[in-house]
Amino acid sequence: MVPIEINDVSLIYDTPSGKVPGVKEVNLNIGASEFVCIVGPSGCGKSTLLNIIAGFLTPAAGEIRIGGKKVDGHGMDRGVVFQDFAQLFPWRTALGNVTFGLEMKGIPKDERERIAHEQLRLVKLDKFTGSYPHHLSGGMQQRVAIARALAYNPSVLLMDEPFAALDALTRDDMQRLLADVWQETRKTVIYVTHNVSEAVYLADRVIVMTPHPGTVKTEIRIPLPRPRDPLSVEFLDFQKELLHQLGYETGASEPAKANGKANA
Amino acid sequence: MTEGKQRQRSLLRGAVALLAAAAIYDAMARSGYFAPALLPTLPTVAHTLFANLTDGTMIGHAAFTLYRVTFGFALAVAVGLPLGILMARFKYVESFFLPLVSALMPIPSFALVPLFMLWFGIGNLTTILIVFYAAAFPMVFNTWSGVRSVNPLWLRAAGAMGADEHKLFWKVIIPGASPFIITGMRQAFLRSWIAVVGAEMIAASDWGLGWVIFDAKEFLNTDVMLASLIVIGLIGFVFERFIFGSLERMTVLRWGMMRAATG
Repeated sequence: MVPIEINDVSLIYDTPSGKVPGVKEVNLNIGASEFVCIVGPSGCGKSTLLNIIAGFLTPAAGEIRIGGKKVDGHGMDRGVVFQDFAQLFPWRTALGNVTFGLEMKGIPKDERERIAHEQLRLVKLDKFTGSYPHHLSGGMQQRVAIARALAYNPSVLLMDEPFAALDALTRDDMQRLLADVWQETRKTVIYVTHNVSEAVYLADRVIVMTPHPGTVKTEIRIPLPRPRDPLSVEFLDFQKELLHQLGYETGASEPAKANGKANA
Repeated sequence: MTEGKQRQRSLLRGAVALLAAAAIYDAMARSGYFAPALLPTLPTVAHTLFANLTDGTMIGHAAFTLYRVTFGFALAVAVGLPLGILMARFKYVESFFLPLVSALMPIPSFALVPLFMLWFGIGNLTTILIVFYAAAFPMVFNTWSGVRSVNPLWLRAAGAMGADEHKLFWKVIIPGASPFIITGMRQAFLRSWIAVVGAEMIAASDWGLGWVIFDAKEFLNTDVMLASLIVIGLIGFVFERFIFGSLERMTVLRWGMMRAATG
């Protein structure tokens, strides 16, 4: 719903073995209501970049503007979904988790429960509002986490490999659900993943990052109409193109040339 | 096996163990090797217990002991819980209090009774302070560990949703640390219960279960001593199983933050 500008953002990790660049001079402009996926091998700085946008990390240089406003720490203009199922509060029911942000905003109880019910319906969990997280499956827990991040109506949704820990079938369902949710809410989404087909399925635009130091290598627009068919020729062509950009020779299962990981 | 059946089985096992211990004791008492005044039979003890319960004296003693223990325990929770949280949240609080806590903790509370008697006299104040001393450390230590083990993801998520330090404290840190906090309360109560009886033996007069036992020694009333011990054990058991047990069932077990003990 609002555009995001990332200008010359760099971050250096101070580790016991010396300074390690996390991300280096990243420039990125993301349009309002755009769905952007960031892909890259582990260590390419994609999660670091997301954490900077979320405000959990402060960049060493550069700045990020969301809707023209400079990012300084975390704020309620952004909703965050993590990979780990344990992100939910185990002592709160699904409904209680979703109302949390609204509670922090000081919205009255009736109103926040009405909104939470609505959000849980959006992720198809209206039958489980009273369940505690440990009674829900991994996929359901991640849906609660999405509903929780959307409930206080942030303009940007930041997602850090939210479906990476799910089994393949559940992951497919979740991708469809997320695509529907996005079409309905029109949030600006930044979605980090290492899964190429996931990126092609979800994104308007895919940003490819490479490690050591983490930089943006290239970007690919995916102008395919939605809902997308993962078995169509065009879909597979984009997947091949992305794999190629990531240093995988298509047709081979092993990386044909040394990518960053081999040097690490 | 159904849950009900399993529960029945474990109750049965517990009852058998208790009955066996009672039978062995009674056999020893009746063997003739020991003076009946030193080792009264179970019916004698039961008779004394019943008589002391019905005339109200045992209930009065138990009430005094309970008053001291709950007061001291509540005080320990009121001090230990915030202190443990502050120690875990703020480095300077930790570095200030940790050496003090570590130095005081190994001192047995019972060893302080004579000193406290000189300072605070005989009676409620001394016994309550001894209970407080015994209970405060497990409370501080467990809370301190609990807060440090709160999943950082919860703090991140809550922060992203706009929780300030105050909200974080009440809505995330306390419930997040609750498995440790409840364990701390359990341990603190157990220590309180042990400490209060010991303290009453020398620092109380006229009332209290510990005092009864010590007083009965003067008259060789072993049946009174054993009857009091049964009451002490029973009250401790009720607190442990019913009060702390149900607190755990209502919270951390229900939330799946801790696994229930198996049958």
